[in-house]
Amino acid sequence: MTIIPATEIAAVEARAEAAAAPENARAARRGARWRGLALPLALAAAWFALSESGVFSSQIFPSPQAVLRDLWRLTANGQLAGHIAITSWRVALGFVAGTLAATALGAATGYSRRAREFLDPTIQALKAVPSLAWVPLFILWFGIFETSKIALIAVGVFFPVYLNLMTGLQGVDRRLVEVGLVNNFGAFDLIRHILAPATLPSYFTGLRAGLALGWMFVIAAELMGASQGLGFLMIDGEMTGRPAIIVGSLILFAIAGKLSDALLVAVGRRLLSWQDDFASLQDREGA
Amino acid sequence: MTLEIANLAKRYDEARGVGHDALRGVDLAVDAHEFVSLVGTSGCGKSTLLRIVSGLERPSEGSIRLDRRPVSGSTSEVAMVFQDPRLMPWLSVRDNVRLALLKLKRDAQDARIDAALTKVGPTAFAAALPRQLSGGMAQRVALARALVRKPSVLLLDEPFSALDAFMRMKLQDHLGDLWRSEQFTVLFVTHDVQEAVILSDRVVVMRGAPGRVERDFAIDLPRPRVRTSAGVQAYSEEIIRALHLS
Repeated sequence: MTIIPATEIAAVEARAEAAAAPENARAARRGARWRGLALPLALAAAWFALSESGVFSSQIFPSPQAVLRDLWRLTANGQLAGHIAITSWRVALGFVAGTLAATALGAATGYSRRAREFLDPTIQALKAVPSLAWVPLFILWFGIFETSKIALIAVGVFFPVYLNLMTGLQGVDRRLVEVGLVNNFGAFDLIRHILAPATLPSYFTGLRAGLALGWMFVIAAELMGASQGLGFLMIDGEMTGRPAIIVGSLILFAIAGKLSDALLVAVGRRLLSWQDDFASLQDREGA
Repeated sequence: MTLEIANLAKRYDEARGVGHDALRGVDLAVDAHEFVSLVGTSGCGKSTLLRIVSGLERPSEGSIRLDRRPVSGSTSEVAMVFQDPRLMPWLSVRDNVRLALLKLKRDAQDARIDAALTKVGPTAFAAALPRQLSGGMAQRVALARALVRKPSVLLLDEPFSALDAFMRMKLQDHLGDLWRSEQFTVLFVTHDVQEAVILSDRVVVMRGAPGRVERDFAIDLPRPRVRTSAGVQAYSEEIIRALHLS
């Protein structure tokens, strides 16, 4: 049995202590949550004050009370839950479809030079097509019902996930890959044990960007003849001259987007807890 | 296991048709259970030679033979320890060592991992992540990952160069003990001439660009070798002269 020098044990223990420091990290996250609410609350207070002082015309920019009143009315008659549910469902389906396609193609072009040479130039060109330009084509192909909406959201999700996965795979540290090669890894082992985990941070960045675009694209999707959803509610507010509904829908979009992003961040934090980066240093220090 | 390197050359082709030769006409034979060190100034192709033997790079010319069998590419009989530990940051110490044994069943893996970690040292930190290890401990894990495969040939590319002097001496002694007990053949690249003399049966001096073998010193000193002994000093000075550094 090898005897490990006390100095080495002390160094390891110091690192272990610093790496763990879970209480600091939890306290830092709790603080961040409260600090994250400060700006929205300040904006709401300013909005209230400016509305009360008459700076904003209620026809142009409704007061917070008017927005809350209209949202409460929609909640009470059961319509708001339906709008939120259908929009969230569309985003979820589009996110899953876009992520699956992006993961398959991003993995292929990130891993295989030949696949990249064949596919990537076309995918990069399609990335430049504006989202609304897809609408007439999708309506023609899939009709005006759910499929075309999901397809449009999936397009929005696809590109950031694809790009982050492909560039993440390309950027995996060569030195780690060489460890697999000297240990006779085949393609499957190399992907499973080295490339996939090493790409996870970049992939999660792509998922977060893709989800944010999914929420943006759902508006365009719900312009395609929807009769329900937050995007429909917004258009309905515009058509019927109810600015409180438009502002209320905007706020609900922001809240839904933030909550879904927080869910992804929580999953990512669990999967990427091994990272020894600037953020983990800040967590440890509680800074 | 014997290692024979015959007429080895490596040329890197670069942009606009310009290339450079890293190695040319390298011949080297290492006997079974022999400890051979390669020393030389930066850029003389020592690490390139090791990367070719490990299968990470293909030679432009020449051949590598293990027990007279020609080999190309990586093989389970050859393991390598790099200058930096190259541990997967998302895996525990134990699972980093496991990477070298993926072809075995889990039970067999666990027994071999336990044995390797015990030999090399970091058993108490088997569950730790690499970021929790000191530099010396991380390099011990890298050594365990190489040894767990029970290789016949161990390649080491300046494995102690990033460590402080105290830790380097500790690990030099430990490597010497492992080599004596495990009976593998060693090809060891180092910049530290004294380290080469203390550990090796032979010290091979490489020079030039493209790199080639300049001199081959058989170190005829009893083991264990004392760093400050006259014999170690004399060999070190002779090798430094061969490197044209003095």
